[in-house]
Amino acid sequence: MNYFSYTVATQPDEAFRERTSPGRSAYLAGGTNLIDHIKLGVEQPQRLIDVRKLGFDRIEALPGGGLRIGATVRNTALAYDERVLKNYPVLSQAILSGASPQLRNSATTAGNLLQRTRCSYFRDGLSPCNKRQAGTGCAALAGFNRTHAVLGTSERCIATHPSDMDVAMIALDAVVRLRGASGERTVPLQDFYVAYGEDPVKENVLEPGELITAVDLPATEWFARSHYFKARDRASYEFALSSAAVALDLRDGVVRDCRIALGGVATKPWRAHAAENALRGTRPTEQAFRAAADAELSSAVSRAHNGFKIDLCRGTLMQALHTTVALA
Amino acid sequence: MNETADSPASASFWTGTRDAAPGITRREALAITLKAGAGLSLLGQVGGLLRGAPEPQPSPSAPSPVTVTLNINGAAHTLAIEPRVTLLDALREHLGMYGTKKGCDHGQCGACTVLVNGERVNSCLTLAVMHPGDDITTIEGLADGDALHPVQAAFIKHDAFQCGYCTPGQICSAVALIKEGHAKTDAEISEQMAGNICRCGAYGNIVAAVREAMQPAG
Repeated sequence: MNYFSYTVATQPDEAFRERTSPGRSAYLAGGTNLIDHIKLGVEQPQRLIDVRKLGFDRIEALPGGGLRIGATVRNTALAYDERVLKNYPVLSQAILSGASPQLRNSATTAGNLLQRTRCSYFRDGLSPCNKRQAGTGCAALAGFNRTHAVLGTSERCIATHPSDMDVAMIALDAVVRLRGASGERTVPLQDFYVAYGEDPVKENVLEPGELITAVDLPATEWFARSHYFKARDRASYEFALSSAAVALDLRDGVVRDCRIALGGVATKPWRAHAAENALRGTRPTEQAFRAAADAELSSAVSRAHNGFKIDLCRGTLMQALHTTVALA
Repeated sequence: MNETADSPASASFWTGTRDAAPGITRREALAITLKAGAGLSLLGQVGGLLRGAPEPQPSPSAPSPVTVTLNINGAAHTLAIEPRVTLLDALREHLGMYGTKKGCDHGQCGACTVLVNGERVNSCLTLAVMHPGDDITTIEGLADGDALHPVQAAFIKHDAFQCGYCTPGQICSAVALIKEGHAKTDAEISEQMAGNICRCGAYGNIVAAVREAMQPAG
């Protein structure tokens, strides 16, 4: 790893000052992604600013209902929180399907939101990679791209967003709370991630030095009927080839409302609006599920080795929908 | 992990098709490897590499060592180390505690598992300087003198290790799993031990050992 200095921030202002001073720096919480990247040479900060003592480590019930999840709450604690298990089971399932117990014990809410792709060309530090170094090209386009994305891609980048937690959160209408030099603001999670477009280096709307302080989940009662289904090569400790987070407002045999998000297949946690629109107001049949999946996947673009993901994604989503309907 | 799944050497790649996700054939793989290799040569290997390689950064001089006191197995150890020393390297390289093993150094194998405040973590992906004031337990700290920890005893009884390299991580992980209290069945034990991999394949016996160790004593 390159040399770096390490400080512990005890006030957000202290954190900003350090973070926005000249030179390369990074906020550090669990470190399970950042330290990995520093070892690979993919990220080379000269200053690490530990943010675990800023007091963002609680899960609090919001006065109007809903939950405020602190940025440095560890993934394990979030997954096993009684209120999450009861009101947002898809979130607990998603977290527990990801990584390993050791990683979940260290990893934090904000760190999970900000994790980078596991594209092997991004990580090898050498291959042409527009995300690691703008303008160098994309080695995955003509390389091994079996695990790469089919949604949200461009000729500049086809890297998959690897998270489970973020997919569940984006389905649950999560809102990210930010604090920066210019004060506090909130951003719906579905607007937090940006499409790669011209510059795959930029993945989210954070301004320089801006801190994630919390994620808010709404008090939507029917989110209790939700489920996460993940398909992958191994039964555990493996990223999704395709996953689906689903919540259904099912009343009198009709899908009054729904939330659908996809993982493992897209360049960012993928809120499936086309699928949701197709499903709203229908009876939850196999046909309706297929139509919803087809609506979302009509824009999918596959490469040499990941064409199977389109069918797999359809199947994953349909399976998740079936399971969610069958919940008590 | 995506990193290994994409590489030619990964098991999932070479074992060919899978029902859920047909990948690519060996013939295609060889063709791509040759094409990529040839492509690199044709473009000028140097040019291709430089195009993607990180910009050379001016190398700052090493920051002065930082002093940190770690509480390990009940004893305080004060170190003057660079911030970039991982907890794993602090244990092995600076404290001579070789029980904790370095398997992958990237949080993918679990061989480096230790307990921090009773919770299992990969010591390779955390820095020593992040842990002043934490209670750290390593494999060396489980036995009580000559009395083995019940998990250690169960691992011996059930022949739950062969080469022994993953074993300290397995045992520390199992100690935490039992304390977490979420696993009841063998399937749940397997799932919750998934962060510790074993090349010798002692998994069946590991699960048996953990199952026994989680029974109430007596």
